[in-house]
Amino acid sequence: MREAAVVSEPNPLQRIPGVAIVLVLLIALFSAIAPGFLSVANLSNVLVQSTILTMLALPMTLIIMTEGLDLSMGAVLTLTSLCVAIVSLATKSMLLGLGAGLLVGAAFGTVNGWLVAILGIPPFVATLGTLGMAQGLSLIVSDGQSVVGIPHSVRDIYSATLLGVPLPIVMALVTYAVFHGLLYHTRFGTYIFALGGNREALRYAGLSPNRLLIAVYAIGGAMAGIAGLLMTARMNSGHPTAGLGLEFDAIAAVAVGGTSFERGNGWLLGTLLGVIAVGVLRNGLNLISMPSSVQVASVGVLVIVALFLDGLRSRA
Amino acid sequence: MTDISKEAIVPPRSFLSQDAIQVFYRLLAALLICAVLAVLSDSFLSLGNILNVLRQASLTFFIASGLTLVVLTAGLDLSVGANVALSACIAGTVIHKTGSPALGILTGLACGGIVGLLNGVMVTALRIPSFIATYGMLWVLNGLTYWYMAGETLHGFPAGFRQIGSGYLFGLPIPVYLLLVFLGIGTLFAQRTIWGQEIYAIGANPVAARLSGIPVARRLLLVYAVSGTMAGLASIIFLSRLNSAEADIGESLTLPAIAAVLIGGTSLFGGVGTVFGTFIGALILTLVLNGMNLLSVSANWQPLVTGIIVILAVWLDMKTRRRAQ
Repeated sequence: MREAAVVSEPNPLQRIPGVAIVLVLLIALFSAIAPGFLSVANLSNVLVQSTILTMLALPMTLIIMTEGLDLSMGAVLTLTSLCVAIVSLATKSMLLGLGAGLLVGAAFGTVNGWLVAILGIPPFVATLGTLGMAQGLSLIVSDGQSVVGIPHSVRDIYSATLLGVPLPIVMALVTYAVFHGLLYHTRFGTYIFALGGNREALRYAGLSPNRLLIAVYAIGGAMAGIAGLLMTARMNSGHPTAGLGLEFDAIAAVAVGGTSFERGNGWLLGTLLGVIAVGVLRNGLNLISMPSSVQVASVGVLVIVALFLDGLRSRA
Repeated sequence: MTDISKEAIVPPRSFLSQDAIQVFYRLLAALLICAVLAVLSDSFLSLGNILNVLRQASLTFFIASGLTLVVLTAGLDLSVGANVALSACIAGTVIHKTGSPALGILTGLACGGIVGLLNGVMVTALRIPSFIATYGMLWVLNGLTYWYMAGETLHGFPAGFRQIGSGYLFGLPIPVYLLLVFLGIGTLFAQRTIWGQEIYAIGANPVAARLSGIPVARRLLLVYAVSGTMAGLASIIFLSRLNSAEADIGESLTLPAIAAVLIGGTSLFGGVGTVFGTFIGALILTLVLNGMNLLSVSANWQPLVTGIIVILAVWLDMKTRRRAQ
């Protein structure tokens, strides 16, 4: 009820077709042309590989709902992944590595939020600036080299299973549950809807939109920290260009998932389906031996088509 | 005070003088950086280094000058760097296949222009916000370029062609002459033609511009096409100077170009700024990076510094405009 009072709840019936149709079409297409696509091993592979993207796309949904954008997420993920690698290498402790990644990620997120909320710099330029900063810091702390020899405790995060389910998938599902609860069942979530839909209302309610906005960006940075742990575990090393461009896949997942860039309403389940759609697209193209360059271009086309359809719907 | 800020948007005469003050401050800043670098480094004032700075600044300027027009309309073109890479690779292939530099140059310019036109179509006809549309385009172009090159490097171009980027005329590098030409054309176009003034009007207030009969969509198509074509031009200079082309050459070009536009005093919110300011912006950025280089700071620091400069430039711009109001 409270959500409905602030903004109209997105109508899922209107939305499900868009992203679900995209997903079904992609799965049908690759089942037909890509040998081995429908095998259990491959599908579980798609899901495991989508976990890092899930960690980025969920907070990206919140940020885009505030009519914002975070272009720095991929570069920050690269930096946190290096921090995890360097700290866990030095201390032999996975938890200290994760702590370092979280800290650096949250710090970058807070800076993003501060630039956007307090200084009022347009989000895409503010985060383009911090993209450069995070990319530079990644090169500086690693001296342009890979960080190798990280402890088993980090590597195991990616390969371990819990009750037969790969640990990264468990982490992604828990993250989704937390974000779902946060957005749809807490006051904070209601405020996020208001940040995009009606910022004045927040002010009249005696709340500080600026602090909320900073919190949203900080959450994005912290999630890049957790994703950094997964990235380091997956590659079994830290690499100064590992995550560059991942923010684009995240934005693609959010756009395909039906979250609007201009009207401040978002749909988390759509984002999750969008993540899987991007994962299926990349995996399927990979199976028919398309180079990663073609995958990148395809994701770009996917975004433009999704935004075009979004524009059509908003005018309809 | 309020009158000045209003006039800054409406009559061309008075905003020129306002802009002149802004440009003057930036020239002072550039001179100050020069003075500091001259003290800190012996080699800064050498003829070779100064020509090097000018040549480097001209490359940033070619990309940034077209981008300035886009930013004047309150838009952004994030695809310029990727556009340079694709155009350079295609132009390079054409020169290799046909042996004709002229044909290669035309293809490079056309490729850049077509990409720019597509950006314009996405922004006007499909009504996608420009920063997202051109960001999508960035990745499409990146993908295309890497796919097209398949890890190969093109190198070895005719000596005549290489003169464009690395040759000298009366002691000055040829790109510097091109810079002067395009600085002149850009300034005349923006300040002294109806189309240029319409571009300022669209950025200052798109609704008022449409209501006063300016064909907004066609002017937007034009600025994105110009931005793309200038990226095509930059790709030719790049190709002939490096004497090689690789898929990844564009990755470090977009952020400096945006930085040059913003340092030059063009406002992200549209309607305020000059092409000459962008030239000073390109000069300031190049001086800073050149200085770091002379003081043996690792190139790894460049993205960090450029990022900080972008944010500082926007923040300063917003602060001065707030004070003006």
